[in-house]
Amino acid sequence: MKRVGKQTWLFDEGVYIQAAAAAVGPLEADGPLGKYFDICYRDLYCGEKTWELAERRLMREAVGRCLQKAGVSAEEVDLFLAGDLLNQQATSNYVARELPIPFLCLFGACSTSMQTLAAAAALVAGGLADRALTATSSHNATAERQFRYPTELGVQKPKTATFTVTGAGAALIGRTPGRWRIRAATIGKVIDAGLTNPLDMGAAMAPAAADTIEQHFRDLGASPSDYDLIVTGDLSRVGSVIVRELLAEAGYDVSEMYNDCGLMIYRPDQKVFAGGSGCACSAVVTYGYLLHELARGAFRRLFVVATGALLSQTMVQQKQSIPAIAHGVVIEAAGQEPDGPRSGGM
Amino acid sequence: MGLRTDYLREVKAFQPSPPYAANAGKAFLVGGALCALAQWLANWYGGTFATSALEAHLWASIVMAGLAIGLTAVGKYDDISQFAGAGATMLLTGLANALASAAIEHRSEGWMAGVGGQMLKAGGAAIIYGVIAAYVLGLFWP
Amino acid sequence: MEYVRAFLAGGLVCVIAQLLIDRGRWTPAGVASLLVVLGVILGFGGVYDRWVASVGAGAMLPLSGLGYVFAKGVMVGPPPSGLVATGGAVFRFAGALLAFMVAGSFAAALICKPKG
Repeated sequence: MKRVGKQTWLFDEGVYIQAAAAAVGPLEADGPLGKYFDICYRDLYCGEKTWELAERRLMREAVGRCLQKAGVSAEEVDLFLAGDLLNQQATSNYVARELPIPFLCLFGACSTSMQTLAAAAALVAGGLADRALTATSSHNATAERQFRYPTELGVQKPKTATFTVTGAGAALIGRTPGRWRIRAATIGKVIDAGLTNPLDMGAAMAPAAADTIEQHFRDLGASPSDYDLIVTGDLSRVGSVIVRELLAEAGYDVSEMYNDCGLMIYRPDQKVFAGGSGCACSAVVTYGYLLHELARGAFRRLFVVATGALLSQTMVQQKQSIPAIAHGVVIEAAGQEPDGPRSGGM
Repeated sequence: MGLRTDYLREVKAFQPSPPYAANAGKAFLVGGALCALAQWLANWYGGTFATSALEAHLWASIVMAGLAIGLTAVGKYDDISQFAGAGATMLLTGLANALASAAIEHRSEGWMAGVGGQMLKAGGAAIIYGVIAAYVLGLFWP
Repeated sequence: MEYVRAFLAGGLVCVIAQLLIDRGRWTPAGVASLLVVLGVILGFGGVYDRWVASVGAGAMLPLSGLGYVFAKGVMVGPPPSGLVATGGAVFRFAGALLAFMVAGSFAAALICKPKG
């Protein structure tokens, strides 16, 4: 493991995703990626009494299914890293309460999926853990009632608004060679472009995503064509166009291989405004669909850049602008030659 | 010119503006229709047991508010508001929806801190400023 | 004909509110408060009485109607004097609406969970 350039970690020693799992709610199960998710709930309450308990169940089920797929018991895991959107990270802390694993809680808003994955990979590569488990979750109703309004309140949302994904993703990182290898991670800086509208988070987060992607290319001397897919977390219809434009202005043309998880998870006719968002958006798309495509051979190397709007209800009400962050992780189909012709600076 | 030179200004080209005319049209039609329905109710009450025009209108308003609370309870009023915008939110029915939605939402936190404590969180401002204005002006009236 | 007047008047208020939100970047809570306070002021000014007489529910059902009802409580009968009488009078008619909405919302919370 070494640092390359300013913000990028390169994992030479072989850090693998041993297993991953995704649990989702009804709208996501009904979306185009529905068949790739391990656990689908037909009811937004997931059989629980409150929205918060439903989110907790999603994360607990994703973690359980992930460990089951890896054939590893919780006792054999050395570290658990998780985060979510609720105040005081309620979902993660309460799920960790049920696990006999040392726990680090991380907050990166919707960037938590790649934040925890990057941190876990570094800790495993550094020998501080043999196996590290990561998880993140979000729930449409818990996010609505905490960050916005009661779920049944009549509010006409604009086209720029995003729709929080209901779901949870979990991944187990270890050194045993597996199907997916974590090659690199780029840790983002907090970027605040000065936007204040919490109903347009795509535009607020796009500069952070562009900054991390550019930095990644610079640190590694890589170019967009080194990747089969560069995917952002939840920039949605508004932010994904902006990030493409920002990168084009910096001389990087990503139009061939760029997509956004918030656009992939729902069908265009589902009523989700500009697209999906939330911690679970990048987590379930990556751990459910993208890893499946890597294993199948559809992609060889992808760069997942999870984007987070570090939104605080109080700060927004005090007219403060919205800081944003993006963390990227490069995941490769294992068994590929790491120094193949298309590997660029890696 | 580009996004990198002045993001706050240039980004506006990427942010879709609301469909002003369509939103206004939908607000007009739904808001107008709800008012016409309330007028029908007021006429009915006026023709039966209401003793004054004001009382008939209050009856009509209460029935409309009850309707809104019912639609909120079954999870439909938010859909109507998404379609009609101000045509559904800026009526008394919208205020009823604000109270009922907060009450229903926070029953998971119990009857005191949840339903009782949070009921006015969405609709409280309109009531509070109405009371303040009426009380202060009322002290000096006529 | 009175239905048409109610429709047009109510619709017009909603259009103005919609434009304040869409174009003027007002918050919905701000517009709602503005309507109520305008109803109070126009109510005391006597203008809203004539507006109600002419368009009926088109004036009563928009939130400005709630403001008017606040004012109307003070304006009916002998003018109240002092903090006690005025405070009670504010709720003379508006109390009917508020009590029903609060109790109705409580009843809804008794039997329903949010649907999401």
